[in-house]
Amino acid sequence: MALLEVKNLKVDFDTTDGVVHAVRDLSYSLEKGGTLAIVGESGSGKTQGAFALLGLLPRNGTASGSVMFDGKEILNLPRRQMNKYRAERIGIIFQDPMTSLNPYLRISRQMTEVLEHHRGMSHSAALVESIRFLDAVRIPDAANRVHMYPHEFSGGMRQRVMIAMALLCQPELLIADEPTTALDVTVQAEIIDLLVDLQEDFGTAIILITHDLGIVAGTCEDTLVMFGGKVMEHRKTLDLFANPQHPYTQGLMAAIPRLDKKVDRLSTVSYEFMVGERQA
Amino acid sequence: MFGYVSRRVLSAIPIALIAVTACFFILRLAPGGPFDGERALPPATLANLRAHYNLDLPLIQQYFLYVWRLLHGDFGPSMVYNDFTVAQMLWIGLPFTLMLGFSAFIIGTAVGLFAGALSAVNQNKWPDYVLVMLVMVGLVVPNFLMAAILQLVFGVYLNWFPAGGWQNGSLVHLILPVTVLVLPHAGRTARLMRGSMIEVLGTNYIRTAKAKGLGQRLILARHAIKPALLPVVSYLGPGLSYLLTGSLIVEQVFALPGIGKYFISAALNRDYGLVLGTTILYMFIILAVNLLVDILYAWLDPKVRYH
Repeated sequence: MALLEVKNLKVDFDTTDGVVHAVRDLSYSLEKGGTLAIVGESGSGKTQGAFALLGLLPRNGTASGSVMFDGKEILNLPRRQMNKYRAERIGIIFQDPMTSLNPYLRISRQMTEVLEHHRGMSHSAALVESIRFLDAVRIPDAANRVHMYPHEFSGGMRQRVMIAMALLCQPELLIADEPTTALDVTVQAEIIDLLVDLQEDFGTAIILITHDLGIVAGTCEDTLVMFGGKVMEHRKTLDLFANPQHPYTQGLMAAIPRLDKKVDRLSTVSYEFMVGERQA
Repeated sequence: MFGYVSRRVLSAIPIALIAVTACFFILRLAPGGPFDGERALPPATLANLRAHYNLDLPLIQQYFLYVWRLLHGDFGPSMVYNDFTVAQMLWIGLPFTLMLGFSAFIIGTAVGLFAGALSAVNQNKWPDYVLVMLVMVGLVVPNFLMAAILQLVFGVYLNWFPAGGWQNGSLVHLILPVTVLVLPHAGRTARLMRGSMIEVLGTNYIRTAKAKGLGQRLILARHAIKPALLPVVSYLGPGLSYLLTGSLIVEQVFALPGIGKYFISAALNRDYGLVLGTTILYMFIILAVNLLVDILYAWLDPKVRYH
């Protein structure tokens, strides 16, 4: 049985300009310990599709369809029941580490509360465990830095803290929503390496949401390409790169700048494929 | 922390000096003087009185004399109430004004914070609509009108509370005046709190807290209240000045024996010493509260602390 089974997920937003269909008919499944990349440009619905799993949509968002996690339906669960899955079984890392940590609380407070809440640990036990996880995400001098405030950390360090925080309860699934987008290129590589290592160490299944195909290539077994809230293509990552089927994926591949070929103009994605889709 | 506080205290000194100077000269710009009664005094008497209060000296000399005495804690004599010094009169009225002002300040702040937070958590649901409407009423009805309405309804028609006065000193006399002072202060505080709470609830770090599976109450109490308080706390200083200026009128309308009552009659009588004394006292209270607010702010926001 798959760990996560998403079927016909739809996410709609009620806006003053009418209903926006952010995600239409998203289906995929993920095995225990598996890795899936969801790739798409801004506004393709990849992030909202993930937020819907954990019930983290903004007030005006609604989700429908089915999300089975470990054999149980979790889509649109009441808050109390959903809270048993959040952090405990499904962890999430957000795009912007600069704003995702509470600037008014020490890192120690923000980490230990997860263990105190889900595991009923004492503060001191939770602190020891938190420091262990900060060590695991390679934060130097974790025992002292755990007592600092977020503004005393750099962006890359904050993202490491977020990752450590998301892994505290050793969840079966980790959703990483553009974990490197807000970071420097050199730091990006470190964070991705870290995620790959942690995935091996803890056996966590990972959904990596990104717009960067370069990150996907070496990291995830499967890749799902989204555009306009729909799935364009969903295959093994190696196949996808070797032989992209959908015109949108082909366009994306062609748009990656290459060092080994001299070109006058960089290629852009052509949206002609949409003409056929609209009529269909 | 100590350095921060002492720097703040020192910076209050020039502010106080500027305020005293401005008050002193603006007051003298107003036409008339303390001895212009219905009937003109004989010139010789007037000259004697003016000499007695040093009003015959050049203005600048009077100013330095006043500041010099002030530095020694001497507010000078009242020019209208001959038997009292300004300090004595303020000393009699101050406890009452403090009691009135601070009970209204504390109740108003507490009510405002609670109402604002409740509104924000229920944004665009019925409790929010009801509270926003009540807040508007508190904000737009001027205090002298609100005082008259409350006196009429609860004092005269329903006869639940005394409509004014302070005869036997029982606290029941405070209910209506405190209510009048509380309403606009609670209204402004609630509006600020609602806005900042809504903003905080939409931040990424609250989303993170939700993703941790924490309960609603814990998220509010631990993650949302502190940042939401910051803009409200910086308003509390100016908020107290609004409240105290309001209490001048409220003390007058309800015939209460605070310094606010002296202030208005002293200004009308051109009782220079008393007006200045009252103003300086108010200024001192406001500076002190602003200082407290800044310290509170530094305590709430870890980024302010070390600067």
